Amino acid sequence: MEAIAFYIFSILILGLFLVTILSKDILYSMSSLAAGMVLISGLFFILGADFLGAVQLVVYSGAIMALYAFGMMFFDATRKVKEKNSSSLLVFLLSGATAVILVVIFAAPTIGKNIKPLVQATKGVDNPHAIGEVLFTKYLIPFEVAAVMLLVAMIAGIILASKKMDKSLSEVYVGADPETEKKEQE
Amino acid sequence: MTLTLTHYLVLSAIMFTIGLAGVIRRKNLLMLFFATEIMLNAANVAFAAISAYINDLSGQMFALFIIAIAASEVAVGLGLLILIYKKYGTLDLDKLSVMRG
Repeated sequence: MEAIAFYIFSILILGLFLVTILSKDILYSMSSLAAGMVLISGLFFILGADFLGAVQLVVYSGAIMALYAFGMMFFDATRKVKEKNSSSLLVFLLSGATAVILVVIFAAPTIGKNIKPLVQATKGVDNPHAIGEVLFTKYLIPFEVAAVMLLVAMIAGIILASKKMDKSLSEVYVGADPETEKKEQE
Repeated sequence: MTLTLTHYLVLSAIMFTIGLAGVIRRKNLLMLFFATEIMLNAANVAFAAISAYINDLSGQMFALFIIAIAASEVAVGLGLLILIYKKYGTLDLDKLSVMRG
């Protein structure tokens, strides 16, 4: 039963992500990425990582994709992405070689026998409960640091995006040389 | 047919490779961000699978921190993208290359 779910999820995820990187339309690419994120949370649920699956749904498919969709308002999303592609042979060679190396690296821990669990889950409690116990004892300081980092990122995002917010994008002369724009303002 | 750890790791490796091919191939900055998200998700799947199969919670912890880092990366990166778009009117890397050595 798990195997069926795993195969369905993985085929869908790989197909959606291929659409993401191959599509010429930013909107298609973004929505297929969002769908792939939702299906990845399904993988987490199969693995028994319930809390991680919920966080994936809330943060990735909720917050991050909403942020991208919000940022899309600043860019011209209806225009097709035109780009000059260099040799695709190089791309396939490089990514294929990386795939082989990755499989070897990832297969190494399963061959190794002397791997011991570092943090055991408490017996007989749910996954979110066990995660909470570990997160607020052993990983408390990284948790606090991550909180500070999110605060810094929030402030940085507000400051970066709100520059020249009083002027509409259509008023800003698109493609203008910054030097001439400065002279025009003077 | 039972699922083993290798199934998940191979899936994660393929996902990472798709993301990497996207980073190499695309020339639009927004597409590079999408490909980076795919690579981060591949790492998350690998962490969660190893954590589930050797019965250890630290993998899930690291996946959680990766999600937090990805969220802040998107916030800062999108702000920078908006600035670049306001300044140059494009997100194409070929048009943005201003340093000619």
